[in-house]
Amino acid sequence: MLKVNNLNVSYGAIHAIHDVSLEVKQGEIVSLIGANGAGKTTTLHTISGMKKATSGEVLFEGKNLLTTDCHKILGLGMAHVPEGRRIFAQLTVEENLQMGAFIRNDKEAIEEDIQDIYRRFPRLKERRLQYAGTLSGGEQQMLAIGRALMGKPRLLLMDEPSMGLSPLLVKEIFKIIQEVNKDGMTILLVEQNAKMALSIANRAYVLETGRVSMEGDAKELMNDDKVRKAYLGA
Amino acid sequence: MDSIVVLVKHLFNGLQVGSIYALVALGYTMVYGIIKLINFAHGDFIMVGAYISMMAIPVMISAGLPVWVCMIVAALLCAVMGVVTERVAYKPLRNSPRLTALITAIAVSLLLQNLFMVMFGSASKPYPAVFSTEQMGGSGIQLSMSTLVTIVLSVACMICLQMFVKKTRMGKAMRAVSEDMAAAQLMGINVNTTISLTFAIGCALAAIAAVMYCAAYPLVNPYMGSLLGLKAFVAAVLGGIGIIPGAMLGGFVIGIVESFTKAYISSQLADAVVYGILIVVLLVKPTGVLGKNVGEKV
Repeated sequence: MLKVNNLNVSYGAIHAIHDVSLEVKQGEIVSLIGANGAGKTTTLHTISGMKKATSGEVLFEGKNLLTTDCHKILGLGMAHVPEGRRIFAQLTVEENLQMGAFIRNDKEAIEEDIQDIYRRFPRLKERRLQYAGTLSGGEQQMLAIGRALMGKPRLLLMDEPSMGLSPLLVKEIFKIIQEVNKDGMTILLVEQNAKMALSIANRAYVLETGRVSMEGDAKELMNDDKVRKAYLGA
Repeated sequence: MDSIVVLVKHLFNGLQVGSIYALVALGYTMVYGIIKLINFAHGDFIMVGAYISMMAIPVMISAGLPVWVCMIVAALLCAVMGVVTERVAYKPLRNSPRLTALITAIAVSLLLQNLFMVMFGSASKPYPAVFSTEQMGGSGIQLSMSTLVTIVLSVACMICLQMFVKKTRMGKAMRAVSEDMAAAQLMGINVNTTISLTFAIGCALAAIAAVMYCAAYPLVNPYMGSLLGLKAFVAAVLGGIGIIPGAMLGGFVIGIVESFTKAYISSQLADAVVYGILIVVLLVKPTGVLGKNVGEKV
């Protein structure tokens, strides 16, 4: 579904991503783990067109995305839940969901999908007319996921969904991610919380200073000594 | 009794000029809200609107259309000019430091003033009457048609704008872009289109304000926009720059304060009082009356 080949990205003179290649197949959860500054977010930004690559390929369902404008990515079927959630704080919860469906014109279906999101996240329904900025961190993350689903993507990119949340909420968010995946969504997940990320993923990539240092089955990586030492604290 | 009549008269004068300030302030505030640029050239679009509408009036008359249609012509042409200005002057600087764009805005302002001076000369030109000069009202309070039309039309524009921003898909997208451009792009919102639309609306409002201003003070010259624009800018800051209802509130407050100062203190002091308000606001509540104090997020 998504194939990244030999991606290179620079910030000015700083070469942040070196020849990164990865693949996400239909129906999978793939995790991209690594330390702070390893280039996880940059990789995700480059895939969704927020950052331009210096070389390489990003193929989504066979189409090269490197020259595609960021605002056209969702229309191709790829949604990005950005780091720090980035919900529109001064719009209401419902308006945030409507913005998620900005590219769609089927008014009635949008309304139905909003109700679907409310069934999945009853907390959002209670707060539907509140400004999104007044939500708690966990609720904001739910809203960010709901907003992304409103665009009817086939691939969901998620950047640090656990950031700033209590352990209990992290569990809840990961449960939601698994449910969304069971409903047929393919997911590329970037996480610092390696333990959680590996526990729900099919496959994973480990990023170290801008290079893929390890890749493979998530369960195998979880038992790998190097991974355990470096990322799982054991 | 007489003093009350005079007071009401001055109040309406204040509302008239205040609603003009409010329309112009909306342009400042919407552009600031979306690209964080104080568009110092915005005042000059009033001047552009005044010239365009002035030239359109004879065309309207010869075509047998009502004279006020010149307002629509001016609004449309000003909107186009606003969009072109943004594309040519501001868009290439979107990722540059804010000061660069600010200086460019001043350059655009000077360019427009001098361009119109070359085209039309620097002398003031008389502006034809747009609205009938009939006086209305009874029991001592007489109001001119232009006062009433100005107030009613401005309020109608503001209500439409508020509905547009609150209820429509593009209006919501505009708010989304002004809050978080990158996240808005991820929603599939075309940021460039949204910014163009903002400039178009702001400049169209400036053109409408221009016609109403000229109906009250029928003289047109290439510099007329700077002072008017500056006062509207004060109005926008007073209400809280970036906040649409703030611009409306600020416009009316500045208009009324100015009118009362002229009537009861001294007409020479009116401008000083208006700028005095700006200084006080910046000292006491820099975010404006309706502004919230938002800390920079890390």
